[in-house]
Amino acid sequence: MYSYTEFDHAFLAERNAQFRGQVERRIDGSLTEDEFKPLRLMNGLYLQLHAYMLRVAIPYGTLNSRQMEKLAEISERWDKGYGHFTTRQNIQYNWPQLRDVPDMLDALAEVNLHAIQTSGNTIRNVTADHFAGAAADEVADPRPVAELIRQWSTDHPEFQFLPRKFKVAVTGDTADRAVIKAHDIGLRIVKRGEEIGYEVIVGGGLGRTPMIGKVLYEFVSQEDLLPTLEAIVSVYNLLGRRDNKYKARIKITVHENGIEDIRQRVNERYALIRPQFTGVDQQMLARIEADFAAPEFKSADQTPYLNAYDQDPLFRSWADTNLTAHRNPEYAIVSISLKAHGKTPGDATGRQMRLMAALAKRYGHDELRISHEQNVILPHVHRGDLPSVYYALKAEGLGTANIGLISDIIACPGMDYCALATARSIPIAQEIATRFDELKLEHDVGPLKIKISGCINACGHHHVGHIGILGLDRAGVENYQITLGGDGTEDATIGERAGPGFSADEIIPAVERLVLAYLDLRNDPAETFLQTYRRLGLAPFKAALYPQVAGKESRANAA
Amino acid sequence: MPKPFTPKVVTANALLEGDVIYQTTAGWSRDLKDAEILTDEAHADLRMIEASAQVDLVVGVYLADVSLDGDTPRPTHFREDFRATGPSNYAHGKQEHI
Repeated sequence: MYSYTEFDHAFLAERNAQFRGQVERRIDGSLTEDEFKPLRLMNGLYLQLHAYMLRVAIPYGTLNSRQMEKLAEISERWDKGYGHFTTRQNIQYNWPQLRDVPDMLDALAEVNLHAIQTSGNTIRNVTADHFAGAAADEVADPRPVAELIRQWSTDHPEFQFLPRKFKVAVTGDTADRAVIKAHDIGLRIVKRGEEIGYEVIVGGGLGRTPMIGKVLYEFVSQEDLLPTLEAIVSVYNLLGRRDNKYKARIKITVHENGIEDIRQRVNERYALIRPQFTGVDQQMLARIEADFAAPEFKSADQTPYLNAYDQDPLFRSWADTNLTAHRNPEYAIVSISLKAHGKTPGDATGRQMRLMAALAKRYGHDELRISHEQNVILPHVHRGDLPSVYYALKAEGLGTANIGLISDIIACPGMDYCALATARSIPIAQEIATRFDELKLEHDVGPLKIKISGCINACGHHHVGHIGILGLDRAGVENYQITLGGDGTEDATIGERAGPGFSADEIIPAVERLVLAYLDLRNDPAETFLQTYRRLGLAPFKAALYPQVAGKESRANAA
Repeated sequence: MPKPFTPKVVTANALLEGDVIYQTTAGWSRDLKDAEILTDEAHADLRMIEASAQVDLVVGVYLADVSLDGDTPRPTHFREDFRATGPSNYAHGKQEHI
């Protein structure tokens, strides 16, 4: 865990004092809303449908127990007793009052958290693989370099008014759990011989024009990374379109100019600025890396785990579904589902946050992670402690065994909260999860990622869902479009639109038809939904979604 | 023949709390049923200008369509319906007080 320096503390205190002054001037009328809005957005404060919303960054998704406890305290003191974890490893408070926000930011600063650059046309919270430092097959922990990028990008004078927002994600594994190919810049830690470096991918993104990122460089050495990133953002800052909001992201810049042209420009810019990087950043990185040294793993009795696994089918189901192999064979990575059937995806109450903090402290080397799939991870739990962790989680409604299954749905806040949304997402997620829980089918169905966005901006990552659902406003009525075959991993693929949308009443039965069709179509239970889709293509799934059309076509063919 | 004017209300968010509010003949209310119903376009524009000038009280002023159930305004679009009640996943927002 990165420990703040005096400089960091002073910077944050000064920034919070500055925003406190801005809030006071807004309230006393010295600032108009037009003047105040960009200032509040730079500090993560939005005005949503029913209230203000404060978006707090959880850098590269890592928290310690003290930070999680503070998030709980804030939710209870200044909000309605819960927080919403997002697909960009942030937490959102949906009900703060304007006067309280400076106090909330000061409370966050007590535990080295902030809301800086969680909005606005700046470099946003740097996200990372939520299994970082724990995954069995990792090349290197992506968090030190993510922290270096956080420090480099925070308040970077050149990049405070980019053409549009800019998102960076890092993974240290060949398996991509950070959706790096759908980010403005995606970084993958790679090895060339014994040397650690980075594959640099640019121009990915979802939203109105979804694009899979393109490889700009196959290998950039550690000491060349920051100047390379600075050159990329600098080129984008000048070249990116400011005339049209919908064409302003770097994915469009790359698409319009071509990757070769962008590479040429970045090379030129890089040559110009490289001498300014004298190696100080590498000294900083070395210090940061020391902060992220692996915990001292213990060796202990695993019998409690084996006994519980043998004797309790609920524990067994949870262990089979929610655990991932750890780099230390005596340990496991625990994914805590924030997707209890019928509940709001990604929401945790203050009580639940405190429990997760306590478990991390007692059993998890004081570490927690927030995944982009809106769950909480205890990255280092000894197998012998797993039953204690599970029974404690279960008692607080956190023991759902559904990680990676159909009810582990990503859903943006949608029109229940978001001012940009065109339809609701949350109730659709709740109903799908409830329905498949009733059918008792989800473990038979196996790995299946449903992702729901309440508007074209795609915060719910619907384009990369195996089943993607996009909520739209069609003539004043909520309407839901389905895309199929999307994938957010290292094999990143944009889903294909299946056909006309469904009303709110029709969408749940439509998803059910789709999943039942998959069960009929798969070669064997080991073939996942995505594999079946890739083998057969859209047609049989389309026939299941639109049986009337399929019926008409077959009658016409017969005639 | 000109298109008939759809009745409207002036709505915004309160500066301090962020709550959805509606302009009444005397000020602002958190309840849509208290809203001043505007049936004349010129008058609606005037009330909108007056509301927008109250920068120390309100944020994001606009005119929202309503239908009339007797004298009671009802939202015509689902977005306005959610604004008038609150989110559907928790009984938070205005529905807390109903």
